[in-house]
Amino acid sequence: MSETADEHGHEDFALEQRLGTLLRGGVILSAAVTLIGGIMFLASHGNAPVSYHTFSGEPEGLRTVGGVVEGVVHGDSISIIQLGVLLLIATPIARVLFSVLGFARERDWMYVACSTLVLALLLYGLVHGG
Amino acid sequence: MHALTFTLITLAGAMVAGLVGALTGLGGGVVLVPLLTLGLGVDIRYAIGSSLVCVIATSSGAAAAFVREGFTNIRVGMFLEIATTVGALLGTVLAVYVSSSTLAVIFGIVLIFSAAQSLRQRVEHIAATEPGTLGARLRLASTYPLDGKLVSYGVTRVPVGFAMMFAAGILSALLGIGSGVVKVLAMDRAMHLPYKVSTTTSNFMIGVTAAASAGVYLHRGYINPVLVMPVVIGVLAGATLGARLLARVHVKPLRMLFTAIMIALAIEMLYQGLTKRI
Repeated sequence: MSETADEHGHEDFALEQRLGTLLRGGVILSAAVTLIGGIMFLASHGNAPVSYHTFSGEPEGLRTVGGVVEGVVHGDSISIIQLGVLLLIATPIARVLFSVLGFARERDWMYVACSTLVLALLLYGLVHGG
Repeated sequence: MHALTFTLITLAGAMVAGLVGALTGLGGGVVLVPLLTLGLGVDIRYAIGSSLVCVIATSSGAAAAFVREGFTNIRVGMFLEIATTVGALLGTVLAVYVSSSTLAVIFGIVLIFSAAQSLRQRVEHIAATEPGTLGARLRLASTYPLDGKLVSYGVTRVPVGFAMMFAAGILSALLGIGSGVVKVLAMDRAMHLPYKVSTTTSNFMIGVTAAASAGVYLHRGYINPVLVMPVVIGVLAGATLGARLLARVHVKPLRMLFTAIMIALAIEMLYQGLTKRI
C-alpha cells in the first residue's frame, strides 16, 4: 500500500463521514414531510375507501417534479407526501453529486468521470422517466 | 377498506418488514413486496414502487452508521454503480414486458436464494491486486480497520463483479428490492473484497441503484403517495429498531426463524405466480 493511497483513503473517509450525516438528515427530513402530508390526508380523507388491487397509475400531477411542486403550493396533502418521496429519491442523487465534487477536489479525474456518469444516469431516470 | 384502517395495517406490516430486513441483513424490500402483494392484495407494480422508496430510505439512513466504521470503499462503489444504474434503467424497460405472474415467480426464486445466502458460512479471502489488471488501473485497493489496525486489501476479477452488478441492477428495478445479496456476492465472492467492506459498500450502492429506477417508476405512476406513506414510516421505524436489537441481543435464533418465514413467503410467491393468481 503506497502512501498516496493511504492519504486518499483518509480524505475519502472524512468526506464519507460528512456525507453519511447529510444522508441521514435527508432521510429524516423526507420522512417528516411524508408524515405531515400523511396526517393531513388522513385528517380530511380518513374515511375514504382505498384499494390497490388493480393498477391504474397515479395521475399526471403526481408523476413529475413540476406537478408535485405545483400541488404542494396549493396545499394538496397527497402532493406533500409525494414531495417527501422526491426528497428521498434526491438523497442518493445528492450523495453522488458530492462524490463528484469530492473527487474533483482530490484531482482524481478518472473517478470524477465515473461519478458524473452515474449522476447523469440518475438524473436521466428522474427527469425523462427512462 | 377505509384509508385510515388500511394505513394502520400497512404501517404495522411495514414495521415488521423493516425489522426482519434489518435482522436478516437482507433489507426491507424482499419482505415488503410479498407482504404487500400476498398479505394486503396490493398490485405488484404499486408494491415495487413503494418498496424501492423504502430501499432508498433504509440505505441512506444506515449510511452514517456504516461510514463511522470506516469500511466503505467509495471507488469500488462508484465504479460498480455504473453497472447497477445502467442495469436498473434497463430493468425498468424490461418491466413493461414482464407479466405480474412472471415477476412473482422471479421474486420467489430470488427470495429462496437470498434466504439461503443469509445462512451461508462466511469465508474471508483477502486478495492482492495483480499489477496490470483492471483493479490496479482503477486504483481500487484500499485498507480497512481490523482489530484496531488498518489492513490492506486488493481487488480481483473486476469484470466478473461488474457483470454481476449489472444483473443486480436489473433485478433491483424488476422486483423493487435492493439486490444487496447479489451485490455482496459480487464483491465478496467474485472480487474478493473483505466481507465487511462488501456489505457496507453494498449498502452505499443500494440507495443509488434504487434511486435510478424509482425516478422512472414515479413517471410511470407506480408510486402511490397514500400507500407509500405508511410503508416508508413503518420500514424506517422497523429498521431502526432492528439495528438497535442487533447491537444488543443475540439474534441468531431470531434470524433462523425469519429465514424460515422468508422461505415460506418465497414458496407462496412461486405458487401464486405459477397459478397466475398474481
